[in-house]
Amino acid sequence: MEAYISLFVKAVFIENLALSFFLGMCTFIAVSKKISTAMGLGVAVMVVQSITVPANNFVYHALLQEDALSWMGIKGVDLSFLALLSCIGMIAALVQILEMVLDKFFPALYFALGIFLPLITVNCAILGGSLFMIERDYNFGESVTYGVGSGLGWALAITVMAGVREKLKYSDIPAGLQGLGITFITAGLMSLGFMAFSGIQL
Amino acid sequence: MSAILNDELKHKLINDETKKVLIAPLVNDNPITLQVLGICSALAVTSQMTTSLIMALALTLVTAFSSAAISAIRNHIPSSIRIIVQMTIIASLVIVVDQVLKAVAYDVSKSLSVFVGLIITNCIVMGRAEGYAMKNPPIESFMDGIGNGAGYSLILIIVAFFRETLGSGKLLGFEVFKLTKDGGWYDPNGLMLLPPSAFFIIGLIIWSVRQWKPEQREKIDFKILDIAHGEGGHH
Repeated sequence: MEAYISLFVKAVFIENLALSFFLGMCTFIAVSKKISTAMGLGVAVMVVQSITVPANNFVYHALLQEDALSWMGIKGVDLSFLALLSCIGMIAALVQILEMVLDKFFPALYFALGIFLPLITVNCAILGGSLFMIERDYNFGESVTYGVGSGLGWALAITVMAGVREKLKYSDIPAGLQGLGITFITAGLMSLGFMAFSGIQL
Repeated sequence: MSAILNDELKHKLINDETKKVLIAPLVNDNPITLQVLGICSALAVTSQMTTSLIMALALTLVTAFSSAAISAIRNHIPSSIRIIVQMTIIASLVIVVDQVLKAVAYDVSKSLSVFVGLIITNCIVMGRAEGYAMKNPPIESFMDGIGNGAGYSLILIIVAFFRETLGSGKLLGFEVFKLTKDGGWYDPNGLMLLPPSAFFIIGLIIWSVRQWKPEQREKIDFKILDIAHGEGGHH
């Protein structure tokens, strides 16, 4: 249990996907102008991340890993090079299914999150989460924890960023630095803040 | 006569188009500083020049070939499933790059870790496929891919140059500044090797580019009135 808690804290703060691995930066910069939209996107990323990381973990261990097909009687086959293709296919398919399910059964939620879902297929934070899961060889339980934690960390980072940017637009910034430039510098400062967690040993 | 003229015109147009798609993404329409695409990897791999160069090369090749391939079959892709088709082509190319890197330069491939795989979701590749290759013939799309890859590479190389020289006193692994711990004079700035510095450097690059080319500046939401000196700002 303790190992899971420490993995969770690590995924949320110490190895924050957005601020220490720079994943999902395009959407992080583009959709962080308002707190409400940023939070919506954050929640959507968290939901998708919690589903896709374990799903990819299952597919990887059941089909792609070296000798994973031995339950079918096929030995010595290593399909792990297909992991990239299978991960992105899985993500695209799951996002599509999630969109349809939300549309059918939870229309209110669909209206809140629906516009973000297509954006999420090409969000590197989602694919990155799955690839880190494979690289670090997590088991199924760890992958669930990591999926939820890293999604939460990303959501937290984009919401905080949006909060800062909402105040920032009233400040007097040199003309060339306005907009994108200052956003990068702000993200850098936030990343410095998150680095304070990196000394924590769990 | 007019047919010859037409041919000449066409030839000239193609040349201009090729030149435009090759040159424009370098500064005027740079994928990173203006279109805000593909930032993730630009920030993550730039702590060393070697990894940045390899990443830049990989991305340029993937963008060029995926644009060409997608453009070649653009009239046969049903628009409802085009994203999946583009994704599959891009992912296959990235797998090739990934496997080649693992075979040829295993150390670099280890230090790039997941970022080679993340070329799949790099917005530059998708953006060029969707925005250019779906509407233009293969050769121009290929050139467009090369041009945008070059624009991306340029920023990567600038960022990596500052991060590696200031952060570890080396460039491409060769010593540039002699470090104090080896009896030299340069005390390395450890911050440069850490994530925040990448944000700062890109922010500063954007600032300098926009100082140089004011037309790239964004529209301002709120204008600060100079109340202290009266609304006209006489100074």
